[in-house]
Amino acid sequence: MFKYLENQLPKLVMAPTAIAMFVCMYGFIAWTVGLSFTKSRMMPQWDFVGLMQYEKLFANPRWMVALDNLWIFTFLFIVISLFLGLMLAIFLDRNVRAEGALRTIYLYPMAISFVVTGTAWKWILNPGLGIEKLVRDLGFTDFEFRWLVDQDMAIYTIVIAAVWQSSGFVMAMFLAGLRGIDDNLIKAAQIDGASTTRTYWHIILPMMKPVFFGAIVVLSHIAIKSFDLVQALTGGGPGYASDLPANFMYTFAFNRAQMGVGAASAVIMLCGVLAILVPYLYSELRSDKQ
Amino acid sequence: MSSMNLRLGRTLIYTLLIGFALIYLAPLYVMLVTSLKDIEEIRSGNLIALPENINFSAWVKAWNSACTGSECEGLAPYFWNSVRIVIPAVLISTIIGACNGYVLAQWQFKGSNMLFGALLFGCFIPFQVILLPMAKLLAWLGLANTVVGLVGVHVVYGITFTTLFFRNYYVAIPNELVRAARLDGAGFFAIFWRIFLPMSTPIFVVTVIWQFTQIWNDFLFGVVYSGPGTQPITVALNNLVNTSVGGKEYNVDMAAAIIAALPTLLVYLVAGKYFVRGLTAGAVKG
Repeated sequence: MFKYLENQLPKLVMAPTAIAMFVCMYGFIAWTVGLSFTKSRMMPQWDFVGLMQYEKLFANPRWMVALDNLWIFTFLFIVISLFLGLMLAIFLDRNVRAEGALRTIYLYPMAISFVVTGTAWKWILNPGLGIEKLVRDLGFTDFEFRWLVDQDMAIYTIVIAAVWQSSGFVMAMFLAGLRGIDDNLIKAAQIDGASTTRTYWHIILPMMKPVFFGAIVVLSHIAIKSFDLVQALTGGGPGYASDLPANFMYTFAFNRAQMGVGAASAVIMLCGVLAILVPYLYSELRSDKQ
Repeated sequence: MSSMNLRLGRTLIYTLLIGFALIYLAPLYVMLVTSLKDIEEIRSGNLIALPENINFSAWVKAWNSACTGSECEGLAPYFWNSVRIVIPAVLISTIIGACNGYVLAQWQFKGSNMLFGALLFGCFIPFQVILLPMAKLLAWLGLANTVVGLVGVHVVYGITFTTLFFRNYYVAIPNELVRAARLDGAGFFAIFWRIFLPMSTPIFVVTVIWQFTQIWNDFLFGVVYSGPGTQPITVALNNLVNTSVGGKEYNVDMAAAIIAALPTLLVYLVAGKYFVRGLTAGAVKG
């Protein structure tokens, strides 16, 4: 009897986690998916109406703006972060002095919350007293910089703040990757007469492929989940011009009592994450087995 | 010629690296100098100008009398709310993660790998998809708008990461160790306590820092599951900045933002190495 219990201990230890996971993750996901097929508004109600909420969702101009913003934001955020991160990593990897201090500086924004980042950039980009005034004081009296209150440009302020916050992290990933490369390889290439640029372009960058993939997965994941930054920096405004799907979901599910639409938008977000994640995990698992 | 090229290259590298360092530091610098000016000086001067006389009144106001919505008690009560949420949530999720990781790495049973896969997946789900049902569950348990409820939410969704950290750390330890200890008559907990815990300090540090940063910086759960009186500091900061009673006080906003960022920044400065390790472990392998 005692022996039996002893053998069951590992399972017993895992049990609370397993239960919490199946209820609070998979159960909840099923609940949300189910809810998205009902006409729930204030309260969940379980009369199924098929895809009505999804039709409503995609007929909603605000959601379409949020989706457009998500593409713009994700694309620019990833491309700029990758470029800056890789550049800083390559330069840092070239035996520079004070590397530790520089690394610390590039990475510290990652320790700060997006709400603080949003608050700080909201002030820096403030039309009137922020960068605009700074440049005007330098003598360029006609300079205008009002992206924060410009419908068409507000989403780019989110890109700026997000890149500032996350590109140091990409730098850290690339730096770790570069440190993993055998120095002899580079030396051999240079003995063969390859220039530094060519060595990087043809030998080192191709070897960084897994890092690129990893960074893209992490960054797109951050992008899809982005909520706090928008909330703090623009509040989704002006109007709803800089809303992202996460902000849309929050507004409709919790402020507007449109649970069905909120649930449908959450399900679309989940599908977005799965579309990136499943191929990535699949390739990871396959390379693990080889 | 080539040595001149080399020197030119080095200069370029240092210029770029230092230039970017200044850009990354700029927002922090701007926050700091703005928080030390009075509102007159903010209006007449510019972003990067140093304060003429250093003035801490914005800090005092941000801490104990600025308005966050209809309350005007500054950030202090919310700072302590965050502390009350973070400490138990970090401790509980880390301890559970350690036990889970120990089982998943060293005491595998039928289906344990699948369980791990299912958990791993949880690191990635966008929380929007669980927000509504969790709100229902908390209401049903009578934990809506309570610190206990928020701690619970952070523990449940933090376990995925903590388990991952510990599992990946313990999986590198040869299973022979456990087998030998069992032959000597040591049980499940004895082996954990005497063999595994003593060598776990680094991973405990990584996990605690990761969880601390995540939970302190959380805004989504805070804004959805807290009520007046239980809001964490991130939510209060957002309310403070968006409360427009009277004129905008940018110096108070900036002081408040620094106060909200200070704990995680300090942790980063003291234990940056472990912070980075957590980031890469959690992000890349996660």
